[in-house]
Amino acid sequence: MTAQARVANTDRAADPVHTMSEAVNQALDQAMADDPEVFLLGEDIEDPIGGVMKGTKGLSTKYGRDRVRNTPISEQAIVGTAIGASLVGMRPVAEVMLMDFFAVAMDQVANHAAKLRYMSGGRTNVPITIRTSVGGGRQFGAQHSQSLEAWMMHIPGLKVAVPSTPRDAKGLLTACIFDDDPCIFMETMSLLFTRGPIPAGRFEIPLGRAEVKRAGADATVVTWGWQVPEAMAAADQLAEEGIGTEVIDLRTLVPLDRDAVLDSVARTTRLVVVHAATQFAGPGAEIASMVSHELFGRLSAPVERLGARYSPIPYAAALEAAHFPDRDRIAERVRAAVHFS
Amino acid sequence: MTTAEGTARQLSEEAALRIYRTMATIRTTEDRIVQGLNAGQFRMTYYGVRGQEAIPAAICEYLRRDDYMVTTYRGMHDCIAKGVPLDELVAEMCGKVTGTSKGKGGPMHLSDPQSGLMVTTGVVGGGLPIAVGLALACRLRGTDQVAVANFGDGATSIGATHEACNLAALWEVPLVFVCQHNQYGEHTKFADFTRTTSLAERFRGYGMAALTVDGNSVVDMAAAAAEAVARARAGGGPTFLECMTYRLGGHTFGATTEYMDAAEMARAEAGEPVSRYRRWLVDELGIGADALSRIDREVLHAVDAAFVTAEAGAGPPADELSTDVFSSQADLPR
Repeated sequence: MTAQARVANTDRAADPVHTMSEAVNQALDQAMADDPEVFLLGEDIEDPIGGVMKGTKGLSTKYGRDRVRNTPISEQAIVGTAIGASLVGMRPVAEVMLMDFFAVAMDQVANHAAKLRYMSGGRTNVPITIRTSVGGGRQFGAQHSQSLEAWMMHIPGLKVAVPSTPRDAKGLLTACIFDDDPCIFMETMSLLFTRGPIPAGRFEIPLGRAEVKRAGADATVVTWGWQVPEAMAAADQLAEEGIGTEVIDLRTLVPLDRDAVLDSVARTTRLVVVHAATQFAGPGAEIASMVSHELFGRLSAPVERLGARYSPIPYAAALEAAHFPDRDRIAERVRAAVHFS
Repeated sequence: MTTAEGTARQLSEEAALRIYRTMATIRTTEDRIVQGLNAGQFRMTYYGVRGQEAIPAAICEYLRRDDYMVTTYRGMHDCIAKGVPLDELVAEMCGKVTGTSKGKGGPMHLSDPQSGLMVTTGVVGGGLPIAVGLALACRLRGTDQVAVANFGDGATSIGATHEACNLAALWEVPLVFVCQHNQYGEHTKFADFTRTTSLAERFRGYGMAALTVDGNSVVDMAAAAAEAVARARAGGGPTFLECMTYRLGGHTFGATTEYMDAAEMARAEAGEPVSRYRRWLVDELGIGADALSRIDREVLHAVDAAFVTAEAGAGPPADELSTDVFSSQADLPR
């Protein structure tokens, strides 16, 4: 298979164009229509608000307030209630308004949702989905901007999906809702109102399959979420310099598409892992370690990581911009890898 | 006639003896665990339930097998009362593959969905939000099942409890909050962690029925449980029961009791619920001592058999380490 052939052809002209928020809404709508055991709970998710990022707009009107339930500001109760209902076979979709608020709900997430299947010897399971908005790049400050996927990945038992396109958002959210394990579904705020084609009707993308967004021979950039468009822009810059960058969107962090990463880096021999999460002890360390171990001796440059700087997220726009990776810094790292000797 | 007296009269001899059998099973199982631990016969983390037997024994008389229950690490009595098979329960506590969770949960994480015992949590207060979800599922599905959340007085100072009580009352879910007020949160006396003197009064503030009950009186507990379960089943929403009892031991097996008042402990021991109920059965219901002794013998035999079966069980095989993390092992990171 040529590198070009591996690039998924996801721009289907026939598919109607929607925002990622509308894609989320479609997935929820379809799941509720398909399965009476699916219900939603969270803060301000009922109409007329329909969720602060509009993911649930119209659904309480369509399905009623039994199945689309506003909650108090109580993240432990939101997640715990979802867990309880899921233990007896329902498929709740909980909304934790911002990923930062997982800190409030973490006992339910880490000590209960993640572990109940195991602690019961497989006699119960927790088929919940927790949707959450991820800030960053919007001057929301230190408590409304964090990408905390490493917290989730570190707890055995949780699955983590991070779409970067409307199409992936619909497909992955559907997969999460009907998955038999607890899934954390991260909706990147800066991408929620970008537009793209979405297949109509029920549409599912299996968890654990990365997508090659762009083929390239010289270096691989592995990323996800809001850094995908940044990596694509960096690849455009680099192409003008004659550097071919392969961009892989992992789409799910657990399960992790190890083969997609290793196949790509085996060819390009250079890897830069990019994420909005803090670089230190971040998810990139796991991927860098995996590649360094599996491809030891076959790499042309040390594996590079580019994550957020080690600080709480600053408010001032210039400082915040310096905190997170961007296309220029991604391009710099790729260049450094290509010119490493 | 008080409600309690009324219930006592309603409590058939059969039901009264069922409750006694449950309490005797709990007590005998604990005695056997303590004996085994002292003898070094097996190892386990064990949080004693001595003194709290009447609460679940009475409540479960009003529950069906398909009603749901959530409890805590100090919850072996709740599991036994809810009907978790004793052999599997003991095997789980001993870490055997024949246990309820194949030996992967242990004493702090007992569950048996077939008996409706859905979760045992090791995190104080962590079970209450989950119980709200179990109760919500009953309501959304339109069944008349109910859920029961067990926890101690120690759990009334943690946020999850308050989030759960507020939401349960708001949504009027079919749930009974059973606060087993044993006077201690871990190694700290109740009066040393709150100024509240009546938890029922505090939790009534969330907009649900709440009452204080003598948790060491089967008759009082039965009356309160009957009313709370009936309310939940009929769609009347949650109830908070503050069940006054006393933890007749330290926080965990082998832990110190030096912070506990010795005279208070002696008084509580003198009024402990199993003997108290036994006397009541003889004196008030006119049950013959020989009938109770027969139950005692049967219970002892069943408990001994459970330990023999448990000890004969194998530990979980090595490949169990990575099963039950996800629905499919293919999803595990390598």
